[in-house]
Amino acid sequence: MFKHKDLLGIRDMSADEIGFLLDTAGPMKEIIKRPIKKVPTLRGRTVVTLFYENSTRTRGSFELAAKYLSADSINMSGSSSSVAKGESLYDTGRTLQSLGADVIVLRHPMPGAPRLLARSVQAAVINAGDGAHEHPSQALLDMFTVREKKGGLAGLQVVIVGDILHSRVARSNIWGFTKMGAKVRVCGPPTLIPAGLEQTGVRVVHQMDQALDGADVIIMLRIQKERQEQGLFPGLREYSRLYGLNRRRLELAAGDALVLHPGPMNRGVEIAADMADGSQTAIEEQVTNGVAVRMALLYLLIGGGAQ
Amino acid sequence: MAEWKQKARIMDSDGIRRVITRIAHEIIERNKGTGDLVLIGIRRRGVPLARRLADRIREIEGSLVSVGVLDITLYRDDLTTMGHQPVVRQTEVTFSIDGKRVVLVDDVLFTGRTIRAALDAIIDLGRPRYIQLAALVDRGHRELPIRADYVGKNVPTSHREEVAVRLIETDEIDEVVIMEKT
Repeated sequence: MFKHKDLLGIRDMSADEIGFLLDTAGPMKEIIKRPIKKVPTLRGRTVVTLFYENSTRTRGSFELAAKYLSADSINMSGSSSSVAKGESLYDTGRTLQSLGADVIVLRHPMPGAPRLLARSVQAAVINAGDGAHEHPSQALLDMFTVREKKGGLAGLQVVIVGDILHSRVARSNIWGFTKMGAKVRVCGPPTLIPAGLEQTGVRVVHQMDQALDGADVIIMLRIQKERQEQGLFPGLREYSRLYGLNRRRLELAAGDALVLHPGPMNRGVEIAADMADGSQTAIEEQVTNGVAVRMALLYLLIGGGAQ
Repeated sequence: MAEWKQKARIMDSDGIRRVITRIAHEIIERNKGTGDLVLIGIRRRGVPLARRLADRIREIEGSLVSVGVLDITLYRDDLTTMGHQPVVRQTEVTFSIDGKRVVLVDDVLFTGRTIRAALDAIIDLGRPRYIQLAALVDRGHRELPIRADYVGKNVPTSHREEVAVRLIETDEIDEVVIMEKT
């Protein structure tokens, strides 16, 4: 059962709802593998992707998900629309609603922007990343990928490595995996780990080798070069040496450990160039699964009539 | 809330078994054997029925017939009128249906809308040579121009009645009963 008007964050979801959404994504994945990738379910519905930050895979994946379900999708991006002329998020949202949007997929640099929009419009709002707050559809696709490969989520040791402080992917994944009964550890330079994170039930480990010990799932985060200019870590080479994933380190994890990366990757920085395509990585599959999970989301939010 | 009461039991497990046997023979006869034949069960109770038909066809002809599973939820024409979304389940048709003789299998044929959805779903998967329809019970009241090629039992019913097909695989008993709203 899934009764929300919007998807704003994994924090708002129960374990049952997450499980139900992942169950729905399974049959959606079968559609993506067909020669004719189209079902008529959302005919006549309109999905708008409203992006105030750059994105390729998230936006593309939402648009494909909408098209595979026969919804119409249009894209508005910050630089090429009335947003650039100074229109407020509220007014843009109202305008999109008047244009007939049933769903607005929003990416915005400000944490909480999707919640503000959701209160202003009747359309369903999906948070596609708001600042360093949440990126729920990414966490759902990560959980879907892990569940598919491992058969379940409960009891797994999940390690998230990198810039936890600025990562909405990390936050959504911490909420999600913890709710589903997995144990989450995080690892990264002390300057990139938020203070008090332990209170969410997460273990903080600063030594990469120690963090990987016995891990079933390793989620590598992208390190942004701007953080170096801000003085949060000394250099990419040092970062790579201390927190990069390579063959030797992977051997410290469980034998069948699964490596995920939300993309885009910095090959040779957080992940060794030869590892990104290895047999234990599911990075390309994450992209396919992202479409399936977003199809499930769209179906569950606007597939029924009564809203 | 209306109470449902059992009005009549129209088939027991022997009855269902005999019907499966007869339809299996009819399918073989109509298709002149089992060449290019595949069975596709419509979730939920069409699936165990399709498997039983395939087992019986193997006993009769000695040949294996592939069985697929079809979920028609995403093809329903009443999604926008429903309170919330029905659960979507897996479609499992792991073989090509191009050029095949597809026999769709369902438990009860009623308005024809499920079959309409199933036909759309099948055609999205490929281009079969023929699509035929087998139903354990035909209860009438068609709303679309659809008919079955193989029918277990024709059961005239009123709109106040429901036909409940129960199978061991899904309901722990084999029977078909007519329920009436009181």
